[in-house]
Amino acid sequence: MTDTIISSANKEVVIGFDRPFVVIGERINPTGRKLLAEEMKAGDYARVQSDALAQVEAGAGILDVNAGIPLADEPAILAECIRLIQSITDVPLCIDSSIVAALEAGLEAYQGKALLNSVTGEDERLEAVLPLVRKYGCAVVAISNDDSGISEDVNVRFEVARKIVERAMDHGIPASDVIVDPLVMPIGAINSAGQQVMHLVRRLRDELKVNTTCGASNLSFGLPNRDGLNAAFISMAIGSGMTSAITNPLHGNLMQAVRGANVVMGHDAECAAWIHSYRDPDSGEAPRRGRRGGRRRRVEKH
Amino acid sequence: MSDENEDDIVLSDLADDDLVEQMFDDLYDGLADEIREGTEILLGRGWDPKRVLDDALVGGMNIVGKDFRDGILFVPEVLLAANSMKSGMAILRPLLAATGAEPVGKMVIGTVKGDIHDIGKNLVGMMMEGAGFEVIDLGINTDAETYIAALHKERPDILGMSALLTTTMPYMKVVIDAMTEQGIRDDFIVMVGGAPLNEEFGNVIGADAYCRDAATAVEVAKSLVSLRRAS
Repeated sequence: MTDTIISSANKEVVIGFDRPFVVIGERINPTGRKLLAEEMKAGDYARVQSDALAQVEAGAGILDVNAGIPLADEPAILAECIRLIQSITDVPLCIDSSIVAALEAGLEAYQGKALLNSVTGEDERLEAVLPLVRKYGCAVVAISNDDSGISEDVNVRFEVARKIVERAMDHGIPASDVIVDPLVMPIGAINSAGQQVMHLVRRLRDELKVNTTCGASNLSFGLPNRDGLNAAFISMAIGSGMTSAITNPLHGNLMQAVRGANVVMGHDAECAAWIHSYRDPDSGEAPRRGRRGGRRRRVEKH
Repeated sequence: MSDENEDDIVLSDLADDDLVEQMFDDLYDGLADEIREGTEILLGRGWDPKRVLDDALVGGMNIVGKDFRDGILFVPEVLLAANSMKSGMAILRPLLAATGAEPVGKMVIGTVKGDIHDIGKNLVGMMMEGAGFEVIDLGINTDAETYIAALHKERPDILGMSALLTTTMPYMKVVIDAMTEQGIRDDFIVMVGGAPLNEEFGNVIGADAYCRDAATAVEVAKSLVSLRRAS
């Protein structure tokens, strides 16, 4: 069994094989959120704060923080957001950027042991990010793709993950501080996307003995009732051994699926968390309905 | 699950107008065999290949594009529709080439250097083909030299670039700057897209248009190409 400890100044969260699943809240990310991007760029962080608190309230164990705004000073904004969020909540953070200078600025500002998001399998990337992980003693998300792309062959993706874990160990980083993202593809375009993830999670756990995470919402790209599909996927991913996911805890179906899967896996002793969430029959969130109306002249084909 | 009369439709019994209407439905439902058959029937009735393309296939894909934009159709359905269009195009392409018919326009498209995400780029390519454009797909991880070589070789109306990462999207400017350096920037319409981009970014790097989704890309492409051809 493997435990990965992520902490703030005074709170620890453990991602582990025999632990309740950890939801890493994805909302503090300006990609695709025009208003948030404009506000963050202008130095207005009110929505960052309210998003942080709402996600913690909804059950996020860790908060992802991304400041990827076009034509903005991403390192400065990311560091500023991290300081601000750490001043209003003690939930540990996941520092998210594709720019190395922003990752370092975030780590410099952070108090505790952060989760760094992310490193990929290209040599150049590994040699830029892993020294930071070592220097700051944080944990890191390893994404199983390299410059040849995202392979549809799960064996290729597994080998990329193995390469990253081995390279991390060369840098003095224990495998338990590497959390592998096996890559969730849109199932609307790639029908085997779900099976690929479940197969990889099992192998990553059994052979590399690492924790796993994923961008769970990618699966439902381009489909209706994404919340419902994401919930089905997350409980199956947990069943196959996944230990965390970067996703939206404000979606009621999703958190209910996570809590339920924790119970079924035996990771919710005496079902205490489940009972706590649903003791009052009126407190459970009503399932959201698909938002789309009828279809036009469409014939089902089987 | 199906219409009770569905099995009774014999495409070759339908008059031209009804057949085209039926092909719109069949494209919508992603029925590749039926589209192939309909295409052959229309050609057999003496239709010009360009007319089959414009009136039957592109007309049908317009409906698909609109409903995709409006959230009525979803990605797997659009992929099926595009695939069925391809079955008709496979018959029409050699005939169109032989008659020298002009496509609506031509586009070279690719995901920029350092970036391996291709689903959005593929969707744009398919929707553009569905609208009657000829599309040359350079794939993922495309460097400036490859883009520019393709521009020289293919002489398209449009260059389309896609990126899904904040680290890779600045490469679009590298490509546009290289085009400017070679004095060929204004020979082409440059369209850009991808999740982290926005309108402002498109303007700053000197693109002609930022398109937020595949349906928008088709609309923008059509209007920019017709503007250019009118001038």
